Amino acid sequence: MRRRFTVASAMVGAFALMTLAGCTTDPNVGSPTDETAPAEEEVEWFDQELFDKQDAERGVAPEGPEDQPWLQYINAEMVDTSAFASEGAKKACFANASISNPWRQTGWITMNQQLRVLQEAGVISEMETRDAQDSDDTQIADIDYFIDEGNCDIFIISPNSTAAMTPAVERACDTGKPVVVFDRGVQTDCPVTFIHPIGGFAWGIDTAEFLIDELEEGDKVVALRILPGVDVLEQRWAAAEKLFDEAGIEAVDYFTGADPTEIKKIISDELAKGDVQGVWMDAGDGAVAAIEAFEDAGVDYPVMTGEDEMSFLRKWKETGLTGLAPVYSNFQWRTPLLAAQKIFAGEEIPKEWVLPQSPITAGEVDQYLEANDGMPDGHYAKFGGEDLPGYPQQWQDRIIP
Amino acid sequence: MSAVTSDSQHLRHRLAGFGRTLISPRGAVFLLLIVLLIAITVLNPSFAEPSQFVRFVQRVAPVAIVAIGQYFVIVGGEFDLSMGSVVTAQVVIAGNLIGQDESKSIPVLLFMLAFGAFVGLVNGLIVSFLKVPSFIATLGMMLALLGATLYWTGGAATGNPADGFRQIGRGGIRDLPVIGVLPWSVVILVVLLVIAIWFARRPFGRSIIALGDNPTTARYSGARTWWVKTSTFVISSLSATVAGVLLVGYAGVHPSVGRGYEFTAITAVVLGGVVLGGGRGWVVAAAAGAFALEALFTLLNFAGVPSTYRDAVQGAIIILAVAYAATTIRARRRGRALETSPAPEAKEPDPSEDPARPAPIPSTLRADNETKGGS
Repeated sequence: MRRRFTVASAMVGAFALMTLAGCTTDPNVGSPTDETAPAEEEVEWFDQELFDKQDAERGVAPEGPEDQPWLQYINAEMVDTSAFASEGAKKACFANASISNPWRQTGWITMNQQLRVLQEAGVISEMETRDAQDSDDTQIADIDYFIDEGNCDIFIISPNSTAAMTPAVERACDTGKPVVVFDRGVQTDCPVTFIHPIGGFAWGIDTAEFLIDELEEGDKVVALRILPGVDVLEQRWAAAEKLFDEAGIEAVDYFTGADPTEIKKIISDELAKGDVQGVWMDAGDGAVAAIEAFEDAGVDYPVMTGEDEMSFLRKWKETGLTGLAPVYSNFQWRTPLLAAQKIFAGEEIPKEWVLPQSPITAGEVDQYLEANDGMPDGHYAKFGGEDLPGYPQQWQDRIIP
Repeated sequence: MSAVTSDSQHLRHRLAGFGRTLISPRGAVFLLLIVLLIAITVLNPSFAEPSQFVRFVQRVAPVAIVAIGQYFVIVGGEFDLSMGSVVTAQVVIAGNLIGQDESKSIPVLLFMLAFGAFVGLVNGLIVSFLKVPSFIATLGMMLALLGATLYWTGGAATGNPADGFRQIGRGGIRDLPVIGVLPWSVVILVVLLVIAIWFARRPFGRSIIALGDNPTTARYSGARTWWVKTSTFVISSLSATVAGVLLVGYAGVHPSVGRGYEFTAITAVVLGGVVLGGGRGWVVAAAAGAFALEALFTLLNFAGVPSTYRDAVQGAIIILAVAYAATTIRARRRGRALETSPAPEAKEPDPSEDPARPAPIPSTLRADNETKGGS
């Protein structure tokens, strides 16, 4: 009998831990780049040099074709790819971290439509894709499979996490075939090009400066964060937190796992504690739940930063709140395939391909809402696929390839 | 107990009984809840305002309802790990099938209930007839449902259903004195709790407990064990369905809604002193366990515990609370059962006079029999 209770307690303990450590079962977790002590989190993720670099890049007019932001680049150092120049249709192998959030799904649809164009043009014969479903281990296995048996002409990798994927990417480079990395980075410069928007610090600066302008010193901002440990997300908060601190804005942060129930509880509790003047989000998923919490409590709307996800843009327009939609340029999903085209043509491409990243302001909301009329709530306004075949049907139906 | 004994003695008896109940395992959860609520009120006095408190009850409602459903499964000697996925699946079904067309609300609601009952039926039949341990059978169901939801949505949010449908979880009766708004969730929770208490006292409810206590005797006493067992899974899936309906209103559609609910529910039930393995426990205490868990979450919010180690603090407190409940059960076993005393004098005309005292469950051998055969 007694043993039963011991077992019971142990099981419940285990349940509790599994439940409460919910974020570790979350698919998006990437291992932090190094050992982090919680208290030093801000010190860990804040990088003054990168902060200054991205701060400067925000103000740079990008080079490249004006109406094709996915081919533009900022402060690029070009590399010669003539060694890879080759005729004929090539096989691309794509190791994808996951398609488990609406941002990645939107990009994935766009990428597939871009692929269709390049297949018709005879540049790419086929693209074999492996989805690592947010697992480092799976992605390492995927990359090794491609190296050994994929018969690939080019590797495209969207890493699940930075440190863990570095050796696998290096192995891919060792094959002598071109490697293109995009979105999250790796700690090696062996890939031919690394494609990404300006970055997390720029996001943090854009959003924090907006809130600081709109709010008074001493006002309170609730920061809703998806999860810890992913560099692009941590950098957004690291920059914003620093600026809030300097401006005398009181900011408290929470991890929500993008679960609208959690978000609503957190905002309700904060509103019960006292007034909240601002809401900051490290990703727009769940923004509507945050706004609804203010409605349900019967208080004024906050000044708020979300993302260029349609659900937020629509709710922003509908409520007339003071807002800003920072953008982590979704059109970057087109760029890796276009980079492959340039590589096989032997054209110069940027070594570090920094794509433009500019927020949607109150003045531009109407324009983006109109352009994306009929798109589902999880669609991203700056998806950049308007000139691709299947527009707008593919994105409206949102059938994940 | 003669009629001459004065009210004061009666009152004293009741108070003493209440006090003992509070420190007993079944009462431990109420004690914990009271402590947490007082702590929250100290940190933030506005929490005690009726309107704020009703809001709190509103948001606990889905968790409490899931805990009530899980209670029946656990007290019947099994586990239901598929509840969280049922919540998720129902939330996604509501979002996808209703869309912005309010007229579909009722048909889809009926479909969701049917789907919930079907999931429970499948769980129950697998456990009863294929003799798969419920831990594994419902784990499989959890993965199957999650996979299906993932396949359907690709793992990302779709649109919210029509506002009319969401009113069930979001709206309420407005313009009331004192509390302002009485959310529908609170009404639904109260109704379901009352039904659950009533059901647990009915012969069928007692045979669930008897089955959890000792399946062999239950079978010999003529209970159709497969049906009793299956019905507990149907109850839990239906309660998860109701929770899903409330959550889609309260928060909206997202594949993460419902994640971890099965463990939250099991934790709440165990926190409520319900014995894993079945046979013992009170449904109200299970619901109180859910309240205690949510109160803990709120307390940490109010106390401003940094987000990075909030989970650790929460986990430690839950383990301590459950350990306390477990040790008091052991201590009480060695001493003498408190719960046996009310049973012989169960002639009390008004069973509701002591809110913290569990319903007597005469159909089982009460006296903590060490010979219990059920696992």
